[in-house]
Amino acid sequence: MEGRILEKQPVIEMRGVTKRFVDVIANDKVDLKLFPKEVVALLGENGAGKTTLMNVLFGYYNLDGGEMLINGESVTFSSPKDAINHGIAMIHQHFTLVQTQTVLENVMIGMEGSFFLNYKKAKDKLLAIEKEFGFQLDPDAIVWTLSIGEQQKLEILKALYRGAKILIMDEPTAVLAPTETIELFDTLRNLVKSGHSIIFISHHLQEVMDICDRVVVLRNGRRVAEATVSETTIPELASLMVGRELLERLDKGKSKTGDAVLEAKDLKVKNNRGITAVDGLSFVLREGEVLGVAGVSGNGQTELSEMLFGEIKPEEGEIFIYGKKIPGGSPAAVIAEGMARIPEDRIKTGLFMDLSVKENMILESHIKEPISKKGLINMKEIRIFADNCINSFSVKTDGMDIPVKSLSGGNLQKVILARELVGNPKLVVACQPTRGLDVGAMEYVHQAMLDQKVSGSGVLLISDDLDEIFLLSDRVIVMYEGKIMGEMSAEEADRDKIGLWMSGVIS
Amino acid sequence: MIGMSIVKRKPLPGWVMLVIPVAAVFVTLLITSIPILIAGGNVFKAYGALFQGALGSKFNLLETFVKASPLILTGLAVAFAFRAKFWNIGAEGQLFAGAIMATWVGIYFTWLPGFLVLPVMIILGFLGGGLWATIPAFLKTKLKVDDVVTTLLLNYVIFHMMGALLFGPMQMPGSSWPRSASIMDAAFYPMLIARSRFHLGIIISFVAVLVIWFINNKTVFGYQSKGVGINLNAAKFGGINTNMVILKTAIISGGLAGLAGVGEVAAIHHHLMMDVSPGYGYTGIVIAMLGNLHPVGVALAAFFFSVISVGAQTMSRVAGIPIYIVGIIEGVALMTMLIFILLTEYKIRWTKS
Ligand SMILES: Nc1ncnc2c1ncn2[C@@H]1O[C@H](COP(=O)(O)OP(=O)(O)O)[C@@H](O)[C@H]1O
Ligand SMILES: [Mg+2]
Repeated sequence: MEGRILEKQPVIEMRGVTKRFVDVIANDKVDLKLFPKEVVALLGENGAGKTTLMNVLFGYYNLDGGEMLINGESVTFSSPKDAINHGIAMIHQHFTLVQTQTVLENVMIGMEGSFFLNYKKAKDKLLAIEKEFGFQLDPDAIVWTLSIGEQQKLEILKALYRGAKILIMDEPTAVLAPTETIELFDTLRNLVKSGHSIIFISHHLQEVMDICDRVVVLRNGRRVAEATVSETTIPELASLMVGRELLERLDKGKSKTGDAVLEAKDLKVKNNRGITAVDGLSFVLREGEVLGVAGVSGNGQTELSEMLFGEIKPEEGEIFIYGKKIPGGSPAAVIAEGMARIPEDRIKTGLFMDLSVKENMILESHIKEPISKKGLINMKEIRIFADNCINSFSVKTDGMDIPVKSLSGGNLQKVILARELVGNPKLVVACQPTRGLDVGAMEYVHQAMLDQKVSGSGVLLISDDLDEIFLLSDRVIVMYEGKIMGEMSAEEADRDKIGLWMSGVIS
Repeated sequence: MIGMSIVKRKPLPGWVMLVIPVAAVFVTLLITSIPILIAGGNVFKAYGALFQGALGSKFNLLETFVKASPLILTGLAVAFAFRAKFWNIGAEGQLFAGAIMATWVGIYFTWLPGFLVLPVMIILGFLGGGLWATIPAFLKTKLKVDDVVTTLLLNYVIFHMMGALLFGPMQMPGSSWPRSASIMDAAFYPMLIARSRFHLGIIISFVAVLVIWFINNKTVFGYQSKGVGINLNAAKFGGINTNMVILKTAIISGGLAGLAGVGEVAAIHHHLMMDVSPGYGYTGIVIAMLGNLHPVGVALAAFFFSVISVGAQTMSRVAGIPIYIVGIIEGVALMTMLIFILLTEYKIRWTKS
């Protein structure tokens, strides 16, 4: 295919596209080409900037730099409407269907044309499209009766009905069962045959190998690599995606390992789609060490952290803190044993975004003296506590009374760090602690973890950023499909081996 | 062409939240002067009469307090629940529950020493409303049934239960109407100011404002219930027993509405009947929103509504404006407030293309 591609003009070309948010550069001078009848994978960890790049292409966001060309012509989109008019369609992670209307009605929504809807004509056109691409959706079915896979097909139908030639699919398989994924891929192959081009976002390596022609790898907003699928391997993609070279060397600090602080025994749990996410996982974390849990995201790390934090209950297995068995599914019990917890999603689970900085600081200590006594809170003590947190962790905030949502991402994370680490806990569990942070904030978080270790705590670091894992850990375990593939110490760390483990290959 | 889009704005300073209700009332009166003009009235004369009628004499002012009392309680009930995102649309039904309990005590608890009748009536009235509200709270936390639907529909359930009582065991002997016998004198709320209807319930509603303010700002429970409302996930993550918080919130919320029902029976009607409440529970929703879910805001909003409804009589007599203007003012006030609240979070950006 490559030879033919080279002669042709790309249908889409993004040159040096840059998109900034308040405190992060989500896309930093990214180049991307899409040729006719090609499936390009946009590969990258969560927060790498994939969705943002596509939102720029689709006209949701304005560019902060760079340019875009469609069929060789420079374009500027001020809204998705412009993109649609250029034959681009985007299928989002979250569907945009009206659940109580029929398939046909959903397809017709928002179509320009006469005021009176011509159902008969629209239905004929829809059926013709369904026939051409091998869909079997009843035009009169109500959307909520459809399975997720069928709803996704409907989204694709909507795009085709509007004459889209270029499809952007944002993690389309994340919501699908394995059989539905196979069906989706059949559909995509049909589309390509009939002249469509597709951008396919994913962090599942096998899927990229199965369906794509070319892969563009994003990392921290930058395009770090590009490869032709037929000439690359899964381990190579894995290490491209999660980082290649050490950017810097932190002094890890010396400390003696001591007693076992945290022990997990045969943990097992299903995810919210009923698929086993963590499958018989065991490890021991000792005082004075950082244990890194590496792996491509989506291999059970989220569920592991949720079990340790007490958010979900393990179906099997046990968790011990200093040898004491912890009842599953109880955040209060974990807090009582003194675990400092840095959750993966600081906005969804870590913070009350609409409450003040001080009210967020006391989330876990609000039932303890001296913050409260006999059910009454002591505002004076809260102020002393919050003030101490803000100062010890240099949180940049305009006082402790403003809503926490007015802080930058890095400072939001510092609020959590402060509240969790201020009492110098003996056990720290952090899940993706630097995701979406700028470099400065990232270094701060890293140093805080190391300080904690040097002072004798055990630190469990779950991260999909391999650089971060190597930077901080004394020991590394690698998760793949809910299991531990292997363990190595920092000294013997071998990236190629880890790359293999991360892709499920035991060497 | 000019386009409009709504974008998030930076958080505003806290004092803005205090100014907003005042501004909303002002804008409301501005907007409702249009229908007054259409009705052929003089705006200044009409509003003059309105405020004169509600505040112009000692008696009128006290009447305005009488009217405000149940509105304060139902407004607090809704506001307290909404703050925890327990969508209690059922204050009306909880009011009925309180009224039924009060009537039951008032008629049948004749064996109680006189000085105990009022305390028992108030406590049971509170519990009646509170327990009625635990039904949707259980359905929400255990079965994930939508609380908007259950709280609303339970209003009809208890309304008809009340009907069954008033046509059955509670019906006044010899009456063919659905009304109960009168409650005993010991169960009357005492009048606190001579030659007026300024009764004990008004004091109770003001105490309730203080208590709710205290719970919200000074107690662990107030912190937890606010947290549950703002981010259920984070509250759980922080070790808060969110189901228990929702349940307790429901009891307090329903209890406040129940107290409104007690007041209507014990101070105003002295018996139970089907129209014991002219929709106080529903108006409470509007008042809670208008008061921005803050107890003091609720008290002021309830007072504003009460001024309008008491003053409207005078206005219609003096300025010849139909009494239905009350409904318009209430509706416009809610819309204005909601738009103002929206504008504290978002701003409108005009684009030219
Ligand atoms: N609307 C937004 N405002 C601020 N930051 C954002 C916004 N959308 C995304 N980001 C940030 O931009 C980065 C890239 O995010 P995203 O494009 O969603 O990544 P991906 O899709 O690869 O997971 C992240 O750090 C994210 O926190
Ligand atoms: Mg994304």
